[in-house]
Amino acid sequence: MHKKTIAQLSAGLAAGEFSSEALTRAFLERVERFNPQLNAFITLTAESALIQARAADERRRQGAAGPLTGVPIVHKDIFCTQGVRTSCGSRILDRFIAPYNATVVEKFNAAGAVMLGKTNMDEFAMGSSNETSFYGPVRNPWDLDAVPGGSSGGSAAAVAARLTPGATGTDTGGSIRQPAALCGITGIKPTYGRVSRWGMIAYASSLDQGGPMARTAEDCALLLAAMAGFDPRDSTCVDRPVPDYAALLDQPLTGLKVGLPKEYFGEGLDSAVAQVVEEAIAEYRRLGAEIVEISLPNSHLAIPAYYVVAPAECSSNLARIDGVRYGHRCENPKDLQDLYTRSRAEGFGAEVQRRILVGTFALSAGYYDAYYLKAQQIRRLISDDFRRAFDQVDVIMGPTSPTVAFNLGEKVDDPITMYLSDIYTIAVNLAGLPGLSLPVGFVGQRPVGLQLIGNYFAEDRLLNVAHRYQQVTDWHSRAPAAFA
Amino acid sequence: MSLGIAEVAKIAHLARLAIRKEDAPAYAHNLSAILELVEQMNAVDTTGVTPMAHPLDMAQRLRMDVVSEANQRELFQAIAPRVEAGLYLVPKVIE
Repeated sequence: MHKKTIAQLSAGLAAGEFSSEALTRAFLERVERFNPQLNAFITLTAESALIQARAADERRRQGAAGPLTGVPIVHKDIFCTQGVRTSCGSRILDRFIAPYNATVVEKFNAAGAVMLGKTNMDEFAMGSSNETSFYGPVRNPWDLDAVPGGSSGGSAAAVAARLTPGATGTDTGGSIRQPAALCGITGIKPTYGRVSRWGMIAYASSLDQGGPMARTAEDCALLLAAMAGFDPRDSTCVDRPVPDYAALLDQPLTGLKVGLPKEYFGEGLDSAVAQVVEEAIAEYRRLGAEIVEISLPNSHLAIPAYYVVAPAECSSNLARIDGVRYGHRCENPKDLQDLYTRSRAEGFGAEVQRRILVGTFALSAGYYDAYYLKAQQIRRLISDDFRRAFDQVDVIMGPTSPTVAFNLGEKVDDPITMYLSDIYTIAVNLAGLPGLSLPVGFVGQRPVGLQLIGNYFAEDRLLNVAHRYQQVTDWHSRAPAAFA
Repeated sequence: MSLGIAEVAKIAHLARLAIRKEDAPAYAHNLSAILELVEQMNAVDTTGVTPMAHPLDMAQRLRMDVVSEANQRELFQAIAPRVEAGLYLVPKVIE
């Protein structure tokens, strides 16, 4: 059963071929068996999963099942889950039992999906390799010496190893798309505001967006349909109807205008990755797409602007975690100041502390104009580049990441080198656009992802463009040998 | 901009992080490298460019100023490090 996609599992459940309880048990057994090698989970919720599965089977008997009723999924441990530890990959929230559900979790519950557990992640979603997690790194199922990418590395590894058919992730600078690429799966970061951020622990509030990760674009369409939609509890969530993504998957690509930004194919891109991406683009040409070169001239400024905007917002968001109302508190604080500073220093890891310090500096008196204001102006220039590009083309394509998965430990001591792993994904968050990564081949045994960038709220188009490719290729159905 | 150990200590105080003395040089080194990276922005003249605070040009939604949440003090305090009689306990602030 683990070989089936969500669409196939959904059909099997509807046809009565198996129950949700049997399906859930099968995936829980796989998690028990394989997770020790991967460390993809922080918390397993086997008992409540079986309760949800039996409830889903009952709901089906009553004729009230939807497409996700009884389908197992996992949530990145950044989404608050009532009564279940929500650690965000951090020591400081190691014993934080969320008192409420994130809207995304509520929506999956309402759809009747079954939560198997909570997945590992870079601490507070700050990282590109899953090595900043308090719970240790996740390993890439394609090669256990390689990182799975980050920050949604546990979700990506769990989907790639067939420990779950689908997962949630979040993406602030590439944290859905880059691990999807490095683990050979499909993931979409929706337009900012498409999915509610309520109960999704904030890293950088003007960039964060939740989205689905699965093996195929069709499965992502089913998951996104459940996740997306207006939520009055998130003041930035957009009140706009959710299209029937699954119904729009099959539109032909004849006449589709695809732009290739020349800045995404230059220096810094691994030549073997470039070759795989070019082969994928040739496939799109055969599918009827018209390929043109475009320019996004301010692309090189995306990382510099991001490393002001994101740390500034994180320093503000994480200020509330102070050891008073929840989270880790240091032993024997001598005064209130000592309680704050030691609880935070003990609870946050090195990368999180670095970003808090950078953000605090950028927002401190005398530096605001030179850093934060400047970064917001650069952000406008980057967004304008995309606006001009979408006057000419329907979809932008390029590599998701400049290299395939790197080795564990390879970049962990050099933050700047690590940051460059997100060079093609970050601009999309700054502009607030939707982006998707799909598997298009390998370099050696490590997967390569193709990134699709669409105009605002064009998730339906991105899923369609990815789906048509997956109808004529089989990269998305390859499984890592050890987990097949 | 290159940051020294004294500047790191000042920023750490603003951020309420107790940085150990022996870790300060590494933080100074890494933070300076990050600032050097972000200062690539300075190569571009942004005079007159409207800052973009948010990806979507939208107005902040307003709601009626009425109570919308039920009181859940006991539930929320169940996860607090130290509480007593419905109050969060911290070290004495006023002698």
